[in-house]
Amino acid sequence: MGLDFTIIPKYMDIILLGVAWTIGITVSAALLSFIGGILFAVIALYAPWIIRQPFRLVEGVFMGTPLLLQLFLIYFGLVQIGIDLPAFVAGIIGLGLHFAVYNSELIQTAILAVDKGQMEAARTLGLSRSQALRKVVIPQAIRDVIPPIGNNMIALLKDSALVSVIGVSELTLSAQRVIGKTYRPFEFYILAAALYYIINLGMEWVQRRIERRISVSR
Amino acid sequence: MSEPLHFVEIRHAQKSFGAVEVLKDISLNVERGQIVGIIGSSGSGKSTLLRAINDLDPLTGGEIWLDGVQVNKALPHRQYEKHINAMRQQVGMVFQHFNLFPHMTARENVTMAPKLLKGLSQSDADKLAEEQLDKVGMLERIDYYPSQLSGGQKQRVAIARALAMKPKMMLFDEATSALDPELVEEVNLVMKKLAEEHMTMIIVTHEMDFAASVCDRVLFMDKGIVVEEGPPEILFKNPSKERTREFLRKHIEGAK
Repeated sequence: MGLDFTIIPKYMDIILLGVAWTIGITVSAALLSFIGGILFAVIALYAPWIIRQPFRLVEGVFMGTPLLLQLFLIYFGLVQIGIDLPAFVAGIIGLGLHFAVYNSELIQTAILAVDKGQMEAARTLGLSRSQALRKVVIPQAIRDVIPPIGNNMIALLKDSALVSVIGVSELTLSAQRVIGKTYRPFEFYILAAALYYIINLGMEWVQRRIERRISVSR
Repeated sequence: MSEPLHFVEIRHAQKSFGAVEVLKDISLNVERGQIVGIIGSSGSGKSTLLRAINDLDPLTGGEIWLDGVQVNKALPHRQYEKHINAMRQQVGMVFQHFNLFPHMTARENVTMAPKLLKGLSQSDADKLAEEQLDKVGMLERIDYYPSQLSGGQKQRVAIARALAMKPKMMLFDEATSALDPELVEEVNLVMKKLAEEHMTMIIVTHEMDFAASVCDRVLFMDKGIVVEEGPPEILFKNPSKERTREFLRKHIEGAK
């Protein structure tokens, strides 16, 4: 049995629906990981000791255990305590929190690297420490951290394939379903890989545009 | 302690970093509208003294009073934060390295604090930015980012930013030391203009000529004490202390 790529158009609607889910989940989880990353960074750096220390432990656990396990825990585990999330929601939360922890690490480093004269200048104008962080320090830290966060977001896109195991019909699971019907794994896995790559290129393009827009303000 | 008689009173200011004493019992009064220069070699404590006035470098002993209110008064943490933020709004500060906010345009640098702290509307804030940037000759660059400005231009925007809070006094911490020589004059001109408007100013500087031309009084500091102070024509021409003479000799020869 040779390769036959002409079979692809017949199942393209299923695959494209998978693409839509992959993009939807990736973008939602990326936003969650971005906002969560800022929040976690502020907690890790500035919350009182009693909150900060346990929080850092939780962060360590998130970074040190498999994302797949975390997804299982959120989707299957939380049901036992009465939290029954739809699979795609569980997937977004799992991916979002996992990458929020990685983003938080980057943002913490960037906050500490902002020139301390910036905080001083803001404080001499009469801003409180939290106002100075919000208006002056954090925006600069985020600006500096856009390129590495972009890399995390590309990792997030690739890891979004993991949510297929909790039954979200994103690109990987869609390809598997089509393969189940057609017994053509090579053609459809290649197709899925190509589509991931194209989404990836799209994300890189967006990242470059953001970087260009902020380049003047440094 | 007695009620303050002067606009700014520094009473027995003392500051240590661990075992190192950088300010040793300094007292200084400044009247409203006066311009005081502080000179001295690096490490003399002059910047530390300046930064103590708005509590950026808190003193370990002594009192700072501004316009009848003690700046560094003992209060519980939360109340102190509120108090010091209110005090700092009244004291403009200009830094050696400008410390402009690089993610904001000149306009935004000037309007951020007044909008946030005084609740200015956008149109009032724009008016304020135009007024203050015009004053320092930077109106044409109002929508430029700091990265698009020269050092002298950055410092002028930084002065406008401080003035936009309508401070009662201004502190200058070696405002021209980081500038290329050809850019010093434009910043000095802005400071002279403020002097003509009778802004109360304390100026830490390395530029003896500038200090001589604008200051009402000049202090020479060395190793954490005020060695000598007086009107510039006396301090520069006819100092009474040997340490002052030595410093001036080095500096004025160094400049030639």
